[in-house]
Amino acid sequence: MKIIAVCGMGIGTSVLLKMNAEKVLEALGITAEVQAADISKAKREGHEADIILTTPELVYQLEGMPGKIIPISHVFDLIEIREKLSAALG
Amino acid sequence: MTMQVNAALGAGAILLQQNAADWLECFKLAGKALVDSHRVTETYIHEMISAFEELGPYMVIAPGIALAHGRPSAAVIETGLSLITLKEPVAFGSESNDPVRLVIGLAAVDHDSHLDLMAALSQILMDETKVNILLQADKEALVRQTLS
Repeated sequence: MKIIAVCGMGIGTSVLLKMNAEKVLEALGITAEVQAADISKAKREGHEADIILTTPELVYQLEGMPGKIIPISHVFDLIEIREKLSAALG
Repeated sequence: MTMQVNAALGAGAILLQQNAADWLECFKLAGKALVDSHRVTETYIHEMISAFEELGPYMVIAPGIALAHGRPSAAVIETGLSLITLKEPVAFGSESNDPVRLVIGLAAVDHDSHLDLMAALSQILMDETKVNILLQADKEALVRQTLS
């Protein structure tokens, strides 16, 4: 499983999303590689990602990528991340 | 681990109970605090503002909290943070997380070397009690104590 966490600059939001997604995945017992990236890197290198985590405002920038886009409104809310990731992983 | 957040906030990086009319004034405050604490040059303030203009309010990452930043660039002298609290909340145009009361300025020299700092920052901002103390504080000493 490959997950990419995406934000505008690749140093703030995406890093926080990656860290908190890793916490959630560990708690769920799911092995996945999570990478943080800015939008252009995501578009360039993110085509293998199964899941794309980002914020709602950036979804339109990533539409058309093969992975499933999951918008996270509150990057510190592990419950939101867990619920949305669990739903996506079905 | 959370010692890192205090260390990342240089002298002049904390501005409490500030008045700002809009996101632009908030970004200027967060940028100025990074300049005053010698983490970035003036150019970085413009880079932060352009980043927001380009991509909008996604930088409001949680209810009431904005992470104001640009990309790693030549304008970044050293990785660091600034912390601004607002007397009156400011709408940034974020659908789920407006209005903003806490602005964290962030400058990073590259994409990797600030990861421990981000983990420490995340731990603090996840803690509602701590965030509330930060929002109410009018003394830097209380902020530093809360962050340590």
